[in-house]
Amino acid sequence: MLQILEQYTLLLQYTLIFSSVLLLVALGGCFSEHSGVINLGLEGIMVIGALGGALFMYYFQDKLTGFPMIALTVLTSVACGVLYSALLGVACINFKADQTIVGTALNMLGTAAATVIVKAVNLARDGKPSDELIYRLGRSSFIKGLNFGETNFEFNWFMAIAVVMLIVAYVVLYKTKFGLRLMSCGEHPQAAASVGISVYKMRWSGVLISGAYGGLGGICYIMAGGGTWHFSYGVAGFGFLSLAVMIFGQWKPGKIALAALLFGVFRALSNVNGSISLLSSLNLPPTVYNMLPYIVSLIVLAFTSKKSRAPKAEGIPYDKGQR
Amino acid sequence: MKLLKNKTFQSLISSLICIILGVLVGYIVLLIINAEGAGKAMITILKNFFVYPNAKMRMEYFGTVLVKMAPLLMCSLSVLFAYKTGLFNIGAAGQYCIGICACLFTALYLHWSWPLCLLSAVAAGALFGFIVGVLKSYRNVNEVISGIMLNWIALYITNSVLSLVKEPSSPYTYKLQGARGKAALLPQLGFVNQIFNNNKYITIAVPIAIAVAIIIWVVLEKTKFGYELKATGFNRNAAKYCGMAEKRNAILTLVIAGALAGLGASFYYQSGIEQWECTATSVPGMGFNGIAATFLGGLNPIGTIFSSYFLQHIKEGGTHIDTMKYSAQISDLISSVIIYLCGFVLFIKYMMNKITVKSEERKKERLAAAASAVNSNEKKGGDR
Repeated sequence: MLQILEQYTLLLQYTLIFSSVLLLVALGGCFSEHSGVINLGLEGIMVIGALGGALFMYYFQDKLTGFPMIALTVLTSVACGVLYSALLGVACINFKADQTIVGTALNMLGTAAATVIVKAVNLARDGKPSDELIYRLGRSSFIKGLNFGETNFEFNWFMAIAVVMLIVAYVVLYKTKFGLRLMSCGEHPQAAASVGISVYKMRWSGVLISGAYGGLGGICYIMAGGGTWHFSYGVAGFGFLSLAVMIFGQWKPGKIALAALLFGVFRALSNVNGSISLLSSLNLPPTVYNMLPYIVSLIVLAFTSKKSRAPKAEGIPYDKGQR
Repeated sequence: MKLLKNKTFQSLISSLICIILGVLVGYIVLLIINAEGAGKAMITILKNFFVYPNAKMRMEYFGTVLVKMAPLLMCSLSVLFAYKTGLFNIGAAGQYCIGICACLFTALYLHWSWPLCLLSAVAAGALFGFIVGVLKSYRNVNEVISGIMLNWIALYITNSVLSLVKEPSSPYTYKLQGARGKAALLPQLGFVNQIFNNNKYITIAVPIAIAVAIIIWVVLEKTKFGYELKATGFNRNAAKYCGMAEKRNAILTLVIAGALAGLGASFYYQSGIEQWECTATSVPGMGFNGIAATFLGGLNPIGTIFSSYFLQHIKEGGTHIDTMKYSAQISDLISSVIIYLCGFVLFIKYMMNKITVKSEERKKERLAAAASAVNSNEKKGGDR
């Protein structure tokens, strides 16, 4: 009995951390799309945000602990995500570039740049061109082991951060003037402009906020991987899974949270399927569990995309002259 | 000025601007990492096989670049073909990956001969394209997101299927040159191989890839089918109104795109140059680089021949740099910067058009001014 409890605590732990990632990034996508810009570059933004946070932890792990460590790592990741998303903003808002091409370019650039940078850091340290960054000590500040009787639950501060950011997103989008204006730019930018809203400013805010959320999601994602990360792996399609979560959640923060939990369970299964006796007795090859989140998202998208609640003007560059 | 108005010339100039800026960014990154050897490293990347002093070696490595260009060209044609219909086939990477799975499995496990292995790769790629097409046409699923999901699914399928034909002591699949897969090796070109210092990886794949690019150009520019596809790309609703089966066309496009990517996989892996690593953690970059080649080639099948050669050239060049100072991924960085800049191509073309229009206006004004001056002179003459 106890053993089974342990197994499910582990499943819960992974589910919560992966759900937090999906929730954060999907909320980022939600801000950007509500302002009218499709942010396909979230994957790249996550990588760069993760890189920023990981490098901070790497350099400061023997100098800082506890709250300052957490706060500064988070801030670095957010700043990196915001800066990187500005590349999307410039191209898609000011130069009316194709949002799909630029997003894809940012994804490729994110992984390539992160690999180059991490290898340079490792080369400078010990002359070994490895793409793996080690920040085990820095990570420990984020973790709090909780004991429930015999079972251990590894609480990660990011689980709390995700919940806070969910509430922030909901309040900003639905309860403030700014949020309502932002959403109007994704529905009908010309109408918004006619009542004096600056569409360019709103779209820039949407993209930069999505950068902040994306960067946060990125650092949260590599936290699940222990104290090291191979940056040539990128973030395994989590940026795109988050977009699937966002579509499934119909661009609404509350529903996105539920969708993130569902997808989080499937993703967690690929990590813990071997240690859950019920699943290991099924004798399925582990590859099945690896594919599960992607297959589930395809099926879910097939049934939810038909009556899409997507912002009406998303993906279309804003043209002042077009009324 | 006349030249600036020419569409082909505009595309060429925009691509060159993208390349120059991309290389410049790469150079700056090298400078930041280690200023001392940056210039030399950048030159090595651009020179690629020219770094070898021996002419024979140069030809051999030039051949290798051509062998690697063939699959990239096919992936970029796959992306291009779908893009003409307004679809962004980011799933080319997965279609390529599942193509590898099909041709290596049929070669090493079933011991099929090369034409059958090639066809199986084409069929597998086409099937993955078909799934994306059906989801797009009938379930309104964004083809980018479904494409990415299928990329990961393809990777895991390939890893587990090809584990059946894995060398016992390594994560790699058996060599095709061994007894198991000999029949699946693509035929070599005889005297052409001799030109390239007996580079045994040069097969019929290289000329066929270039021929396919020309065929794609003909299909898009000279046939009714190509016209319908492009019309659907310009305006889906207008195409539907004109009686074109836009749903069927979207599916067919993605099937063809998938088949092209699958063919690329067969071209590369059936040359025997590389084995699949069954512990791979991401799909091969070929499909993503295909996107770069497509846009760098100015969305023209003939242009993609040159752009995919260039991208493969700098990628190979990246492997020659001093890895104790820099990482080979610097060439990936350069190609991704180039794609990013390709997003600005529309703007660059817009500026070029603006310049020509302005200069023409100025010309007209000058002519008009001159004419009115002549007129007033004549009038004056009349008064006298």
